[in-house]
Amino acid sequence: MAVVDLTEAAKGREELLTRVRELAETDPLACYQCGKCSAGCPLSFAMDYQPRQIIRLVQLGMREQALGSSTIWLCAGCATCTTRCPRQVKIDGVMDALRQLAGQDGRAPREREVAAFHTSFLESVRRGGRVHELGMVGSYKLRTRRIFQDGGLGWNLLRHRRLPLKASPLRDRKTVERIFRAAEVRG
Amino acid sequence: MKLAYYPGCSSHGSAADYDRSARAVAGALALELVDVPEWNCCGASSAHGADHRLAMYLPGRNLAVAAGMGMGGVVTPCAACYSRLNRAHHWLAEDRRRWLELSAAVGVPYNDVGKPRSLLEVVVGDVGLEAVAAQVRRPLKGLKAAAYYGCLMLKPPEVARFDDPENPRSMDDLLQALGAQPVRWGFKTECCGASLSVSRPELVEKLVGDILDNASAAGAECVVTACPMCQANLEQRRSERHRLPVFYFTDLAGIAFGLSPRELGIPMHLGEPLELLRGKGLLAAGEEGQG
Amino acid sequence: MKRVGVFLCWCGSNISSAVDLDQVAEQTALLPHVVHVEQYKYLCSDPGQETVRKAIKEHALNRVVIAACSPRMHERTFRRAVGSVGLNPHLMEIANIREQCSWVHPDKVTSTPVAVDLVRTAVAKAVKDIPLEPSYVGIEKRALVVGGGIAGIQAALDIADSGYEVVLVEREPTIGGRMAQLDKTFPTLDCSSCILTPKMVEAGQDPRIRLLTYAEVESLSGYIGNFEARIRMKARSVDLDRCTGCGDCWNKCPYRSPGEFDLGLGKRKAIYLPFPQAVPNKPVLDRATCAYFQKDGKCQVCKKVCAPGAIDFEQQDEILEERFGAVVVATGFDLWDHGRYGEYGAGQHPDVISSLEFERLVSASGPTDGKIKRPSDGKLPERVVFIQCVGSRDEAKGVPYCSKVCCMYTAKHAILLKEKIPSSQSYVFYIDVRAAGKNYEEFYRRATVEYGAQYIRGRVSRIYPRGDSLVVVGEDTLLGQKVEVEADLVVLATAVVSRSDAPQVAQKLGFSYDQHGFFTEAHPKLAPVETNTAGIFLAGACQGPKDIPDTVAQAGAAAAKVVRLFAKDQLETEPTVARVDRARCAGCEWCRPICPYKAIEMEAVTERVGSGQVARRVAKVNPSLCHGCGACSVACRSGAMNLLGFSNEQVWAEVEALCL
Repeated sequence: MAVVDLTEAAKGREELLTRVRELAETDPLACYQCGKCSAGCPLSFAMDYQPRQIIRLVQLGMREQALGSSTIWLCAGCATCTTRCPRQVKIDGVMDALRQLAGQDGRAPREREVAAFHTSFLESVRRGGRVHELGMVGSYKLRTRRIFQDGGLGWNLLRHRRLPLKASPLRDRKTVERIFRAAEVRG
Repeated sequence: MKLAYYPGCSSHGSAADYDRSARAVAGALALELVDVPEWNCCGASSAHGADHRLAMYLPGRNLAVAAGMGMGGVVTPCAACYSRLNRAHHWLAEDRRRWLELSAAVGVPYNDVGKPRSLLEVVVGDVGLEAVAAQVRRPLKGLKAAAYYGCLMLKPPEVARFDDPENPRSMDDLLQALGAQPVRWGFKTECCGASLSVSRPELVEKLVGDILDNASAAGAECVVTACPMCQANLEQRRSERHRLPVFYFTDLAGIAFGLSPRELGIPMHLGEPLELLRGKGLLAAGEEGQG
Repeated sequence: MKRVGVFLCWCGSNISSAVDLDQVAEQTALLPHVVHVEQYKYLCSDPGQETVRKAIKEHALNRVVIAACSPRMHERTFRRAVGSVGLNPHLMEIANIREQCSWVHPDKVTSTPVAVDLVRTAVAKAVKDIPLEPSYVGIEKRALVVGGGIAGIQAALDIADSGYEVVLVEREPTIGGRMAQLDKTFPTLDCSSCILTPKMVEAGQDPRIRLLTYAEVESLSGYIGNFEARIRMKARSVDLDRCTGCGDCWNKCPYRSPGEFDLGLGKRKAIYLPFPQAVPNKPVLDRATCAYFQKDGKCQVCKKVCAPGAIDFEQQDEILEERFGAVVVATGFDLWDHGRYGEYGAGQHPDVISSLEFERLVSASGPTDGKIKRPSDGKLPERVVFIQCVGSRDEAKGVPYCSKVCCMYTAKHAILLKEKIPSSQSYVFYIDVRAAGKNYEEFYRRATVEYGAQYIRGRVSRIYPRGDSLVVVGEDTLLGQKVEVEADLVVLATAVVSRSDAPQVAQKLGFSYDQHGFFTEAHPKLAPVETNTAGIFLAGACQGPKDIPDTVAQAGAAAAKVVRLFAKDQLETEPTVARVDRARCAGCEWCRPICPYKAIEMEAVTERVGSGQVARRVAKVNPSLCHGCGACSVACRSGAMNLLGFSNEQVWAEVEALCL
C-alpha cells in the first residue's frame, strides 16, 4: 500500500474543507472516526471507502481519493449516518458536496452508471419541468448502452399502466429552465 | 380541511396507483386536496448531488406557489418529495435573506407555507386516528402488516421533524386503527436504495431482500409503505422467493373504508395483491372478479 | 496630604521589553500627589518588596501604586508588604500593565500610552483610598455532610476523626450509595462491599457522627462558620430506637414490588432492608407499595409480627433545624437513560441492559445470586457485547464529555464474565480506551490478553432482535469493515450524569453548577474541592465523573478543608464588601434579589423627621456573606450602595483620570 504524504495532502486541505463546509453546512473536523455512520450505512458493503473513511480523507485534504471514490456515488442519501452521528456531522451532506465538487472538477465519476442516471434525470427535469420516467430511462440506456436492462420489468409496468408513453410537462417550459440558469449563475 | 397538494412526478407514472388511492382516501376523510398549479419536479433524487442551489430552488418554487394558494399548508404523498420540500423549507427558515434569493431565482415571491407535511402525517396528525377509525366499514381483521417507513420521511430528524427516526409508530397506529395487526420488526426505517434502483439494481436487490426477509420472519403477510419509491422498488427489485404484497397505506385505508380495489388502483400493483385481501375476506362479492 | 509612591515592575523582560517604562515613569512623576516613582526588575521578589517598604519610610508615602502583573497574582503579596511597615494594606492599588498591556499589545508605540493610562487611573483611585479593616466572625464547629455514598462516608469519617461533630444526611434509607451496588472494583478486583461495609459500619458507630438516613436537606442559609440547615426526616414508619432489625417484618410482608437497589431486576417487600449490609440495619416501609396505605388499611402484618412494637403507621415527616460551620456536598451521580437511543432499542429490549444492571447480575448479593442470567429468559449468555460511550461523547443525543470510568469497568465486566461463564466470549465496542490511572492500562491488557475479550474499535450503529438473540452492527474501524455480532446479552456503558435534581440542590444550598448539572468547583486547578460559596465543599461524582480512588481522595481533601476551617476560632472576612448609606437608601429592595449570595436583608430604622419619629425599611449587608461582587451597587438607583475598596467615588475618579 502506498505511503500517504500528509504534508503534500495538507496543501489542498484548507480549500477542500472550505468548499465542503460551504456546500454541506457542516464541519468534517468534528468527526472523531467512531464509524457509527459506516456501520449503519445500507450500502457500505459495496463502497470502496467506508463513509467514515471519506470523512477522514476530507479531514486530511486527500481530495483525489475522496472525489475518485465509489462511495460518494453509491450513497443513497438515506441520512441514517447523519441521524446517528454523535458529533452532528451531516455526512450525507458531505457526500452530496463531494459529488458536486467531482462534477465541478470535470472528473470521470467512479460509478459511471449512477452518474449517468443522475444526468438523465436532471435532463428530463430540465426539458419538461417534471421527470418523464420512460424518457429518462431511455436516455439513461442510451448513455450507458444498457439497452436491454430491465426489459421485462418495463413491459410489466407498461402492462399495469404505470409507465405512460406520454410525458406531462409543465405548460410553460421556461419555468424550470429559468431555475436551472439561476442555479448555474449562483454556482 | 383544504390543503395544497404536491403529487410529485411519479404520480403521472410508476405511482399512478398511489395517486388514485391517495385522492380516494383523502376524499373519504373530507380532506380537500388542491393540486399546486404548474408544480415542478422537486429534484429528488438527483439535484442534491449535482448542485446545492438547484436542490433548494426546485422544491422552493413549489413551496412559494403553494403559499400563494392560501391554504392550510402543503402536503405530499411521496417521501422523497417530502424530504426535498422539507430540506428547502428548512434551508429557507434558517435565513430570511434566502427568501429574496429564492424569489428572484424562481420568479415567484416566497412566503412561508408552513412545514411541508406528508399525507401520512396529515392523516395521523391532523385528521386523527379517531376520525379514521370512524370511517372504517370493514376492519382489516387478522391482517398482519409490516409498516415500512423507509428513510426519507424520518431522516434526518431535524429536517423531517416527524415521528421517531429509529422506532416510528404513526403508521403502526394507523394500521391498528384500521383493524389490522402491525407486526414488530427491525427494518422499519432501513433504506431500500430506490435512488440506485435503475443504475445499480444488483445492490438494491440485496437491500430489498434484507427488508422483505425481515418482514417475513416477523410474520408479516404484507408490507405497507408511504412512499412511491419504496413501493415500486420493493415490488420491482425483489427476488422470486418473496411473495409479500406491497401496499400503500392508502390502499389499506381505502379497503377498510369500503372502497373498491379498482377505485384505489390496487390492480395496478405488480404481483398478486388481491389474493391476500380475498383470503382475509376483505373483498365483497362484486369485487372478487375485479382482480 | 496624599503622598503617592508609584513602583514600576519590569517583570524580567515581560513588561520592560514591550513597554517604554522610562517614559511611563517620566509621565507618572508629573501626576498630582505623586511624590516618588521607582522601577525594579522583579518587584515581587524579597528585595523588590524591600524597595517598596524602604521607600514608604523614606518618602513618608501614604498611598502606594504597584504597576506590575494582575492583582490575582500578587495583590496579597503587596498588601502584606505595605502592611508590614504600618500602612493600611488597602491604601495600595495595582495597575496591571502585564496581562492588560505588555502581553497584548504588539509594540512599545501602542503599549506605552496604555501603560501610562493604567498607572494614571490607579493613582487617581489610590488618592481616594480609605483604610479598611477586616471583621471577624465565630465558627460553629460542626459539619454537615450531604450524601452518604463513599464520598460522604469518607468525608464524615475524616472530619469526625479530627474530633469534630458531623451530621451525615442521606436521602435513601441506608448509606452506601452507588459503591454498595457494585460487585468488584477495578483494577484490583476487590469486592466492593468488602471494602465499603467496614467504613459504613464505622460511620454508623462513631459517636461523633449522627446518621440521618431517609432524610433530605430542605434549605441552607447563613454563611461560612454559621450555616443553618433545615433537614426533613421522611416518615420511615419504623421507630429506629425500638427496631432491632430482626427481619420478622420483611419476612412476613406479603407484598412484593421491583427493588430500587437492584434496579428493578429483583423484588423487595413493601417493608424492606435495601440490602443485607445496610446501615442502619433497619427497614423502611415504602408507603407507595404498602397495602395498608394503598388499599384497605387492614393488612398490618408487619405491625403484628414486630415484637418490639417498632412499626408506626402514624409517623409523620419531621423537620430538624441544625447549625453548622461547614458543609460537604457529596450527592453522587446518576446513569444516563439509554431509552433515548432508538437505534439500540430505546430501552425496550430486556436483554439490552445498563452496566449498573450488569453489576447487580454479577453481584453475589444481587437478584440472581451472582449468576449472570439474562433478564428475558434467565439463560446464561454465551456471547456478550459491551458497548462503551453510550450517551457519553455524544453531543447529539447524550452528553459531550467522557464519563471517565466506563473503559475500566467494562474491562472489569469482560473479566468477570469470563470468570463466571468460562465458555463465554465478550466483544467490547469502544472508540478510545482511556486507561490513565495507576495499574489501569495493565488491567485493560489483562482483559484482552488473559481473558480474551475482543475489542472492536467502533461505535455500534444499531441493535435489533433476530430470533431470541440480538444482532449488533458496528464498523471495525481498524479493518474498515462493517461487522455483526449475534449476541445473547448487550451491556451498555451509559454515561455518568448528574443527579436529575442537582440544579435544585445547588440552588437550595447556594452554589453554582455547570450546564450538565455538575457542581462547579471554585477553580478547576487550584481550588478543586471548594465551591464559590465559602464554607461549602465538594466531594465525589456530584462535581464530575470520578472513580472510587479519586472520589475518596477528594472526600479526604474536602474533609481537610473543613478541619482547617474548624482549627481557627474566628474567621477574618474581606473588608471589600458592600455598605449601605442608610440616609440615601429608599428601601426599594432592588438590590436584594440581585445579590447572588443572599447577603442583603432589610431592616427597619427610625428617623426623626421634624419633631416626630418615622420608621422605614432600608437595606442591610451581611459582611460575612458579601463577596464584594458589586452587583448591588450597580443596581442601586439612589446610589446608596457602595462597595468598599471600589466606591462609586473611586470608580468615578478612575473614569475621569482615563477620559479627561
